[in-house]
Amino acid sequence: MTVSVQEVPGVGSEEPVHQEPTGFWRRYIFSVDHKMIGRQYLLLSAAMALVGGFLAYGLRWQLAFPDTWVPGLGFIGPETYNVLITMHGTTMVFFVAMPMLLGGFGNFLIPLMIGARDMAFPRLNMLSFWTIFTGSLVLLASYVVPGGAAAGGWTGYAPLSARPIYTGVNWGLNLWLLAHAIEFASFLMGGVNFLTTAMTMRAPGMTFFRLPLIVWQELTAAVVFLLSVGPLIAGAVMLLMDRIAGTSFFVPAGGGDPLLWQHLFWFFGHPEVYVVLLPAAGLACEVLPVFCRKPLFGYRWIVYSTFAAGILSFIVWAHHMFVSGMDPRLAMPFSITTILISVPFAIMVFAMIATLWGGSIRFATPMLFALGFLAMFICGGLTGIFNGSAPANIPLHGTYFIVAHFHYTLLSGVFFGGFAGLYFWFPKMFGRMLNERLGKVHFWLTLIAFNATFFPMHFLGLAGMVRRISNPLQYPSLEPLQAVNVFITLSAIGLILAQVPFAFNIVRSLRAGEPAPANPWEATTLEWSTASPPPHDNWGETAPAVYRWAYEYSSPDAGEDWLPQDRLLALKP
Amino acid sequence: MMRWLPENISTYGGDIDALLSLIYSLTVFWFFLTLGLIGLFLFLYRRRDGRRAAYVRGERPAEAAWILIPAAIVLVLDLWIDHRGADAWAKVKGHIAPTAYRVRVTGKQFNWEFLYPGPDGKFGTPDDLQLDNELHVPVNQVVHGTLTSKDVIHNFFLPNVRFKQDALPGREVEFWFQATKPGKYEIPCAELCGFGHSGMNGTLIVHTPEDYQQWVKERWPSQ
Repeated sequence: MTVSVQEVPGVGSEEPVHQEPTGFWRRYIFSVDHKMIGRQYLLLSAAMALVGGFLAYGLRWQLAFPDTWVPGLGFIGPETYNVLITMHGTTMVFFVAMPMLLGGFGNFLIPLMIGARDMAFPRLNMLSFWTIFTGSLVLLASYVVPGGAAAGGWTGYAPLSARPIYTGVNWGLNLWLLAHAIEFASFLMGGVNFLTTAMTMRAPGMTFFRLPLIVWQELTAAVVFLLSVGPLIAGAVMLLMDRIAGTSFFVPAGGGDPLLWQHLFWFFGHPEVYVVLLPAAGLACEVLPVFCRKPLFGYRWIVYSTFAAGILSFIVWAHHMFVSGMDPRLAMPFSITTILISVPFAIMVFAMIATLWGGSIRFATPMLFALGFLAMFICGGLTGIFNGSAPANIPLHGTYFIVAHFHYTLLSGVFFGGFAGLYFWFPKMFGRMLNERLGKVHFWLTLIAFNATFFPMHFLGLAGMVRRISNPLQYPSLEPLQAVNVFITLSAIGLILAQVPFAFNIVRSLRAGEPAPANPWEATTLEWSTASPPPHDNWGETAPAVYRWAYEYSSPDAGEDWLPQDRLLALKP
Repeated sequence: MMRWLPENISTYGGDIDALLSLIYSLTVFWFFLTLGLIGLFLFLYRRRDGRRAAYVRGERPAEAAWILIPAAIVLVLDLWIDHRGADAWAKVKGHIAPTAYRVRVTGKQFNWEFLYPGPDGKFGTPDDLQLDNELHVPVNQVVHGTLTSKDVIHNFFLPNVRFKQDALPGREVEFWFQATKPGKYEIPCAELCGFGHSGMNGTLIVHTPEDYQQWVKERWPSQ
């Protein structure tokens, strides 16, 4: 008997969850389609990134050329400077990174990757987007209320944030709290939706260990967010009461405790780091095997590491508080948990490197950004070892070393992980190819400017430059280092300008880009088996069924070097 | 990288610097190892016609060992860093070295207030002396400070001493240091404390024994 391999299309079954709307409003604005909502999230995060980037430009200018006229912004005094740093951090973490990595990619990818026709709760999904949209408007409105926007730092440490007299900001800080509350409500709805969808709506054959990694990492991020945000919501209500009702939860004069706020904030705030980081790592994990033409190395180990990182993230928060005045005996236990969390991330990084070994590597733009993420994230992870060791943290806490560290971890996730995902799935999202040459120009300019901006901050931090000062020239020890600050500022402006080729590429592609085929990268996951862009209910008549895991590249069982998840290899006599 | 640190002038600063050096050596090694491997693999396994990628899933223990063993080494090194660090932490923050030299440090928007007990060595007596932004200490003398704040959280940072501690309203934190070199050093506030945070900067003046006696005579002439 001769055995030959025949390919038959996969079959699945599911009815469309809702009809395709015809009107403009239902189709583009109040859409219940996860693909449209995902793109809305991406657009929102891009718009807020412009705001956050402009704030960064203003604060960097002030640091390089203190108390001079900032082109496009005017004079920045110390009060305005505190507004810039506060709103830069808040905007970038909560209104750029989260909507992009969770709202944008999570919404677009999860149903497509698991073979569903939409989210489990399409209307809740729409509500979650319009909720964060409202939150963004509240945050933007805080700039124009009397007294100006919040100026208490993105961490809003009490009692500075608890009494308007300390910052001179009244309604701006109240609205800042309100914007957070609305944003949290939005992501609670989104997280519930992610979980329910991935639990209940997987295509036939899509077992948990056949899920693409990004789905695992979005889910872990959603669970971590759901479990950690409660204490901060309670804390935010208490802080708002302190501000407007005169209570003293965090004000010692009335019997309160300022450290309580820090515990509540960081109990959420550190897991939040992984809420952003895990999806970013997931995007890189999706892109690497496609362009190595090789299975992702150690898939299950990465899944287990993701869980481990999610669990450990709940017991590390006090490493932000080594010198805060909490009992010093707590420092070493938290130092140990913190340093332990490097192990799951080490496994992820080693797995990504091992994926490169023996590959057949194509250097397309998404791959370049994924590699950029890997390299930058290694830098950020390594500097985390300094910060996580309590005694080494003493001279580094609150300095530019910390600023460098979290930009290498978080911004590398958003920038390099996010752009890897965007270049990779743009053809699927919009049905057009992006220009490769412009993409590569964008990558190299971004990589160089990113490092020129953030690497020298390590040196400034070691030299003792503390965060949130508006004028380094007030410190005799920093005067000789002012050239470094000027260099950083010019590089930061370069980093912003490096995004111009990207914007140009997007506009050009949407107007006249080459139409994208269904599977331009020859990738295996389900979203590539439908048209680009996918039809309203994702799959047309028949939803796919799944026969294998997500990374079957260069399998000895197939002639081509990729075997899609939904393709049945039948043994035929 | 270590040369960017300001000059160390305290008895425990050397322990902190040694730990920073240790972590620096380890992280630099891993940085070059990982980035070197990435570069090497990108070069060796770039796409070439007619060559198919290896089919390695890395799930079986024998394959996964390639990532699990390095991760285990990372774990051992991590624990080693914490083991080394525990002593340094205990030295700086875990106890107060006994001394007769006391000072009270109070942060306020936007100055450091230093309260000296005067010749009687007791606070709350008429010979107490308060100076803004000037901390005078004799060299080689253990200084026992009590840190608090009048309004918001400040952070008492002595870059050259390798010491940092938040000053909290409603709470007193005890600390100590011993300066080993006379001179003037900065005391920036390292926690955002309001619009005057930038520029909130005191001076640590470490006196030689003779200078210090001179300073005491000027300040408390009646004694």
